[in-house]
Amino acid sequence: MAKYLLLKHYRGAPAPVNNVPMDQWTPEEISAHVQYMNDFAARLEKTGEFVDGQALAPEGSWVRYDGEGRPPVTDGPFAETKDLIAGWMVIDVDSHERAVELAGELSAAPGKDGKPIHEWLEVRPFLAAKPSTTECTFK
Amino acid sequence: MTQLDEALIRSLTPGVIGALVRRGADFAAAEDAVQEALIEAIRVWPAGPSPSSSSGGDPVRDAKGWLVTVAWRKFLDATRADTARRRREDLVEEEPRPGPAASVDDTLQLYFLCAHPSLTPSSAVALTLRAVGGLTTRQIAQAYLVPEATMAQRISRAKRTVSGVRFDRPGDVATVLRVLYLVFNEGYSGDVDLAAEAIRLTRQLAAGIDHPEVAGLLALMLLHHARRATRTAPDGGLVPLAEQDRSRWDTKAIAEGVEVLQAALARDRLGEFQAQAAIAALHADAPTAEETDWVQIVEWYDELAGLTDSPVVRLNRAVAVGEADGPRAGLAALAELDASLPRHAAVAAYLHERDGDLATAARLYAEAAHKAPNLAERDYLTRQAARLNTGRSR
Repeated sequence: MAKYLLLKHYRGAPAPVNNVPMDQWTPEEISAHVQYMNDFAARLEKTGEFVDGQALAPEGSWVRYDGEGRPPVTDGPFAETKDLIAGWMVIDVDSHERAVELAGELSAAPGKDGKPIHEWLEVRPFLAAKPSTTECTFK
Repeated sequence: MTQLDEALIRSLTPGVIGALVRRGADFAAAEDAVQEALIEAIRVWPAGPSPSSSSGGDPVRDAKGWLVTVAWRKFLDATRADTARRRREDLVEEEPRPGPAASVDDTLQLYFLCAHPSLTPSSAVALTLRAVGGLTTRQIAQAYLVPEATMAQRISRAKRTVSGVRFDRPGDVATVLRVLYLVFNEGYSGDVDLAAEAIRLTRQLAAGIDHPEVAGLLALMLLHHARRATRTAPDGGLVPLAEQDRSRWDTKAIAEGVEVLQAALARDRLGEFQAQAAIAALHADAPTAEETDWVQIVEWYDELAGLTDSPVVRLNRAVAVGEADGPRAGLAALAELDASLPRHAAVAAYLHERDGDLATAARLYAEAAHKAPNLAERDYLTRQAARLNTGRSR
């Protein structure tokens, strides 16, 4: 019963094994890939482990406070940003092992020639808001 | 006219499911039917007894009878498929067998079924909250911060998993206690107070089964719950035991916890929950943090370490040794443990500070904050590091 974020990167992750950009796949290969992702999410809903999944546009801008009474400053997008997040899935699972197992399955999505991409996904545990009642040393 | 509140209605859930199962419904269908009947009850009962007798009597005087009748009707409605119709007609001829149901036994069987070892912990928790606790899927989903559809799937899978399990055999109490302990530890989020619900369910279990560890768990929950209001500062920050306002502890809950624990310990069948409750009782018993009987607490940790290999126990023992015999002794106890254990750095930081090595303590508090498993602990530990780094005393 812990939530994990499975992060997919446009850039910033180590290179996948089947490293052919999507625009060089056949349309059927793209369809197969999309279908795999949809099936994966649907399967997680059935197992009662799905919380959320979203994709992000590659281009965003930077925003910061610029002082009282002034509009926020915006900048970017910066084409050279090293780490670029493509999307995420949030899962609620019984163990870290299960989170890793699911990330492994998601990484097996088919790419060029229908072969698994072996894409690197980042698995990050959520920080709960509070410690459990009886297990915290300080309370 | 007496109004029936939701808690009372929910407490009838396991008995009503049991009644349907004994009339021939399978568990999964019975549980669905009872959930529907509960929702109807919560909707119609506050307005008083149902005016039509079609619902089966006066719900205020015989709440359980009303629920059994309505749930049974829902069950029959749900089995309308052609193949099921013959069976339904048979069942209609057999029923009803009214009168007092063996509700205690039914309730116990449900606890065992919902904590069945074939279920994962999260499935067992969800099924227990619904079938024993009578919570709706939406309430459970909100409490665990997952979508309602996800929780619905988790529950229906859990029901399929236990569908072949016989309903009439006792199971292992330890599995039930683990599930209730998990519910208690989840605490409070959303509009369902899971700690209070865990106490209610454990109290109900303790009423139906004579087992010192059930009593031990109930005592442990009561003793921890008694301090709940003082564990969190108004800004949400964590208040450690030594700094809690003891005048705000719930003395009634403490008295009940101590009484339940003493009766359990008198049985001389010590278990993990009784030992944990004994430690909680010693804390609750100290008028000030300074008056805590740390020597006895260390003895209980030694007992506990013999009953479980939990790293939490070993770390907490090192803290207790540090209080009983001084920080050097605590650090020596800590040195025997694997430094990669969760909260190891936090305990080391605390003991080093007590020992006067503030630089090491500050470094370890910062390291512990980095590894903290939740926000409240991270913020607390970061503040401890900041306090030492800015040269302030506690």
